[in-house]
Amino acid sequence: MSAAMVLLRRELGLAWGRGGGPLPALAFYAAITLLLPLAAGSDTDRLAPVAVGVAWMVLALACLLSLDRLFERDYEDGGLDLLMTGPLPLELVCAIKCLAQWLAGGAPLALAAPVAAVLLGADIALAPLILACALVGALAFAFIGGIGAALALGARRGGLLVAAIVLPLFCPPVIFGGAALYAAALGSGGVSGLMLLSGWTLAAVALSPLAMAAACRNALS
Amino acid sequence: MVSFLTNPRAFMVFSRIAAPVLGAATAGALLIGLWLGFAAPEDYQQGDSIRILFIHVPAAWVAMFSYLCLGVASLLSLVFRHALADAAARACAPLGAAFTALALVTGSFWGRPTWGTWWEWDGRMTSVLILLLLWIAYIALRSAIDDEARAARAGAILALVGLVNLPVIHFSVYWWNSLHQGSSTFRAEAGDRLPDVYLTPLLLMSLAYMGLFGALWLVRIRTEVRRRRIRVLTLRAAEG
Repeated sequence: MSAAMVLLRRELGLAWGRGGGPLPALAFYAAITLLLPLAAGSDTDRLAPVAVGVAWMVLALACLLSLDRLFERDYEDGGLDLLMTGPLPLELVCAIKCLAQWLAGGAPLALAAPVAAVLLGADIALAPLILACALVGALAFAFIGGIGAALALGARRGGLLVAAIVLPLFCPPVIFGGAALYAAALGSGGVSGLMLLSGWTLAAVALSPLAMAAACRNALS
Repeated sequence: MVSFLTNPRAFMVFSRIAAPVLGAATAGALLIGLWLGFAAPEDYQQGDSIRILFIHVPAAWVAMFSYLCLGVASLLSLVFRHALADAAARACAPLGAAFTALALVTGSFWGRPTWGTWWEWDGRMTSVLILLLLWIAYIALRSAIDDEARAARAGAILALVGLVNLPVIHFSVYWWNSLHQGSSTFRAEAGDRLPDVYLTPLLLMSLAYMGLFGALWLVRIRTEVRRRRIRVLTLRAAEG
């Protein structure tokens, strides 16, 4: 247990200290949100209907940003070899890395999601549900994204490749979260979508470490 | 039954005969299917555009079937480390992507006169589009890793992740939005079922598409086996 805590603390430190912590991702989030009114017009009538959807979609995109550094640095400097021979199973190592990724990157972004949605014209009463969906969804994005990051180890063109692998797999959680948010916006309650999103996230948290560990072993073989 | 195929030499002997035989049968089914398809009467609602269904529906079926083939081949190559299974997976990918793209394009041609739109964000179309993205991701991943054994295993892991995700994607997209018509072929209720004059060419065209996929797959696996043999020989020659 203590080994896991040490690793979590190390990963959190690395993720937080990596190039300004969550700030670049937050700036990316703000910039994409800013581009929408610039591109589609600043009319509230036009922005408000898509406000929650855009906030939700940009979260999925922003969660891609730091993925290519998730395993890459440890892979290059040999840290991953050490972790593989260490006391923790590689599956747990991968899960801890993704958890740290969520705590240091996904959670701050999730805090930004309701702010962005309200700025674009969403009803402020939706903010708690947006925050809940964003927190749960960012956890799923971190774990599914970890699969792409681990698979792309040792590949050329890492960054774009991770996005191409991971984005199709983001479709179910994006659908569940989007359905929850739109049902709530229409006043019929977003609980069923949030439940589906949570169930999908739990499955992703449970299963994706297996794929990540297999991909890391393959890259190190 | 098929275990003898795990020997590459036996496979090459088998596929040398099987590929042309399957190809000839495919050509026959394709000709008769197309003939019956063009001879079928116009639909009372869709008019002539119903003939697009004979080349569209089988493409969509083969698109999904080929991903299943990729998943099975990837599982075999991952578990048994079998080179031929990996050659089959690698050979399958461009074919599957092509059939998926064909299903999307022909569906779009059918949708224009029937629904009045080239593209609709309908559940089934969206899930086929996601399937195409999964194929592209698989091909991109394999071609981005230089070491062949490593690329093979990374690709196999991705194919299995995709296979696990595919039903979830499929059902979530349906749950999200669907206006595509329900099943009207073999398991449909009597009233929704296509009349035999359409069902027969559809069945023949499906057999033809399956045969085409199988024959091309066999040829591509043969090419892949030969490519690897050439690689080994070249390396050996370079070492002197």
